[in-house]
Amino acid sequence: MADPRAAILGRLSAALGHAADAPAVAPRIDAHARGPQPMWTESVRGRFLAKLEKVAGTWADVAAPERIAEAVADYLAVQGLPPRLCAAPHPLLAGLAWPQGWEVESRRAAGDDRVSLVVAFCGIAETGSLMLLSAPESPTSLNFLPDDFLCVLPENRIVPRLEDAWALLRDERGGMPRAVNLVTGPSRTADVEQTIQLGAHGPRRLHVLLMKPPAQQALRARAGD
Amino acid sequence: MKPTSHAFADNAHRALDDATLQQALAKAGVGFVAKRRAAVAELPEFDALRQAGRAIKDHTLAHLDHYLLRFEETLQAAGGQLHWAETPDAACAAVLEICRDAGASIVAKGKSMVGEEIALNDALEGAGFEVVETDLGEYIIQIAHEPPSHIIAPAVHKTRAQIAALFEAHHRQPGLARPLESVPQIVDEAREVLREKFLSADVGITGANFLIAETGSTVIVTNEGNGDLSATLPRVHIVLASIEKVVPNLEDASVLLRLLARSATGQEITSYTSFFTGPRRSEDPDGPEEFHVVLLDNGRSRLLGGAFHDMLRCIRCGACLNHCPVYGAVGGHAYGWVYPGPMGAVLTPLMVGLEEGAPLPNASTLCGRCEEVCPMAIPLPKLLREHRRQEFDRGLVAGRSRWALAAWAFLARRPALYRLASRAGARLLHKLSRGRGRFAKLPLAQAWTAARDLPAPQGDTFMAQWRRSKRG
Amino acid sequence: MRVALFVTCLVDLFRPGVGFAAVRLLERLGAEVVVPPEQTCCGQPAYNSGDFANARAIARQVLDAFDGYAHVVVPSGSCAGMLVRHYPELFRDEPETLARAEALAARTRELSAFLAEHGSADTLDVRFAGRVAMHDSCSARRELGIGAAPRALLDALGAARVEFEDAEACCGFGGTFCVKYPDVSARMVSDKAHAVTASGADVLVSGDLGCLLNIAGRLKRMDSPVRVYHLAELLVGIDGVPGIGDGDTR
Repeated sequence: MADPRAAILGRLSAALGHAADAPAVAPRIDAHARGPQPMWTESVRGRFLAKLEKVAGTWADVAAPERIAEAVADYLAVQGLPPRLCAAPHPLLAGLAWPQGWEVESRRAAGDDRVSLVVAFCGIAETGSLMLLSAPESPTSLNFLPDDFLCVLPENRIVPRLEDAWALLRDERGGMPRAVNLVTGPSRTADVEQTIQLGAHGPRRLHVLLMKPPAQQALRARAGD
Repeated sequence: MKPTSHAFADNAHRALDDATLQQALAKAGVGFVAKRRAAVAELPEFDALRQAGRAIKDHTLAHLDHYLLRFEETLQAAGGQLHWAETPDAACAAVLEICRDAGASIVAKGKSMVGEEIALNDALEGAGFEVVETDLGEYIIQIAHEPPSHIIAPAVHKTRAQIAALFEAHHRQPGLARPLESVPQIVDEAREVLREKFLSADVGITGANFLIAETGSTVIVTNEGNGDLSATLPRVHIVLASIEKVVPNLEDASVLLRLLARSATGQEITSYTSFFTGPRRSEDPDGPEEFHVVLLDNGRSRLLGGAFHDMLRCIRCGACLNHCPVYGAVGGHAYGWVYPGPMGAVLTPLMVGLEEGAPLPNASTLCGRCEEVCPMAIPLPKLLREHRRQEFDRGLVAGRSRWALAAWAFLARRPALYRLASRAGARLLHKLSRGRGRFAKLPLAQAWTAARDLPAPQGDTFMAQWRRSKRG
Repeated sequence: MRVALFVTCLVDLFRPGVGFAAVRLLERLGAEVVVPPEQTCCGQPAYNSGDFANARAIARQVLDAFDGYAHVVVPSGSCAGMLVRHYPELFRDEPETLARAEALAARTRELSAFLAEHGSADTLDVRFAGRVAMHDSCSARRELGIGAAPRALLDALGAARVEFEDAEACCGFGGTFCVKYPDVSARMVSDKAHAVTASGADVLVSGDLGCLLNIAGRLKRMDSPVRVYHLAELLVGIDGVPGIGDGDTR
């Protein structure tokens, strides 16, 4: 068979009546023009939390980064889980003082990890979603393998809509990491008689630790509003 | 799979007689419709998004070659490899080669309709690979040795009891007797069995809801997380995609994602929406070492600019299936191939041939509900009618139907003769009804009277009575 | 005001009373009703069977027969939809005929839409206080966007409108569909007839005789007590008029 690439592109160009090798699409791509934007009246935080709850996510306020360990302990206690977790090798989590006797490992997930703790790139108020980027400090497997998925989200990192998250990503990272995961609530399936069941393959529970940023960052966020 | 679309009438008949199937279908239909309706009602911008979504697809299709070239460029820049495939066989061959090169033995698959279209599982199994479908619905039908009956809910035709029995037969080791009745028990069972497969798979295969020209990314939407596990844990990730999936940039994908989830399951967004861009980066702690995209044409390039061009906008949400009264009555298997419902009735004849797929475009009342709910505003009734036109022009219409149509048209084109004939018919039928107002049986009308009475004409035709009244 | 009535083949053959009811309703608006004699059918059976050549020939016949009338009224959403939506589609590639088709489309109205537009609600001379279920044909609902007009007319009659389940679903008639796929069609009409019966309606009406023949046929087979009429019949009074599928003695 002839080169399939040339054959397919040739047919497309012939049908469209133009030359295949004259890409005229760059300006359209680079404009990053937004489609119609869903509107709402609540605050960004209020919307995020309402949508998160709607998809069976839970959350807790965390007053400062150094209180993350405490919030995790509260969660594990409520769930009756042993003090064992796998935390992302993220700077925000590196210096945490874990209580005596806790097993906290910093690595990618294994098949039998029960609890993971990660830091989101940002939250999206429109849908109550978390955006997670694959990176050395954010192994993707932590988002999907454990039963209980705990995610730190600095309160000043909630953007209104998906397009705002793309703008933030381009601004701060310059391009796409290997994986961008939009995570909205725990894993679910409706494949058995259309009955929704949480925890199909991914996490059974999703818990957001909504963290007050350090004072300095909070100021910056306000100035940016 | 070998299509049985030509036997739609028999397939449908069997489906209507299948009490278990009818029970499953009854459960599914109402839920999908109500959920979509609620989700659309909650978003005042839905119509504006629908127009924007359509415009995005129309624009991209009008420059499809350019966008695919751009996608190729950005994908390769991210370290991914693109494999162009004209036919299902070529696509399967590309996947097999990647799997062999990877020294794979276990392949974990996320849900992919392109995978079904190219019959990839047969090809992989034939080549000695162990293939595990990881989407719960796909897994159920894989162990049942059945094709999917719905493009987003492959096992929608199965009842809970049937699924439990399947799992019982496939998973049970002697001496192990865990209860397997409730939905949570069934889901947990699958979770446990498939978890092992994810961890040992060498190659993960997923589909793609969108390809992004700007970044070289492929996008999947799932609720279970199986697609992400398939894309993250194995050494090699292969994405199956077709050429019409490309969109210009992330903003365009955002518009379509808002339409897709609401139209499909009535969700605002699925649990997991993931964008994959190349293999793992040097510092990444996880992710595949290789990232391949197999890009299938399978006749799509021939649709561009033709009578079925609009079908290329389809984003495979399944809303047309969920709202189709024919699909709701007979389920997906009756359609006899991979794509059922209205979108399947348009696509199947294009992909397996009009001879094989001929009944499907006719198995519709053209009620238009599919077009009404289609987030891409695809004029499905018009496309079904276009198939009928081609069938008629190519002489694929059965002799008796053709003859009846010709006889009727002969009269309809001759008003004076038509008036005589219709008057004779009306008066005869009226007389035969003997004042009962209807017929329970009538020669040549068995198809009608099998399930319903035929109301009898009131007497003389309107035209005859009108003429009389004007004269008198 | 001169109004040309497109009777439609089903009304002509099965239920001429619908045509005379339409004439009365139009005349009450002060219209002079004309019935062009060269009409037969709108051509939909050919069109939906893929026989575009015959569909075009019949459409041309309709274009000729209804040439020069300012208003064309059709007691069927399906046939009106054919004239309004599909004739222009059929003549897409014939500019001259296309212009005529578009002009006809602009002048054509489904009966209930025309009546509502011209204040028919104020000229009704009967009342009907029973419970009425209104079935919208798919063409009326989706091709022509008609829904409010027949309901406003029913309200003007004093009828108690009742809703029924899955009202937006097709009844399964579908022209030749009902004989090509009789068991699928049977299932659809059966669902519809059950929903209508369960609504507790005394009477089912619709603006389309195709749907009505189908649903009435099923209702009668089920021995349902619901009586079936075309909307136009109800609007001029059904006293002494047997319902669709009912015998003379009922």
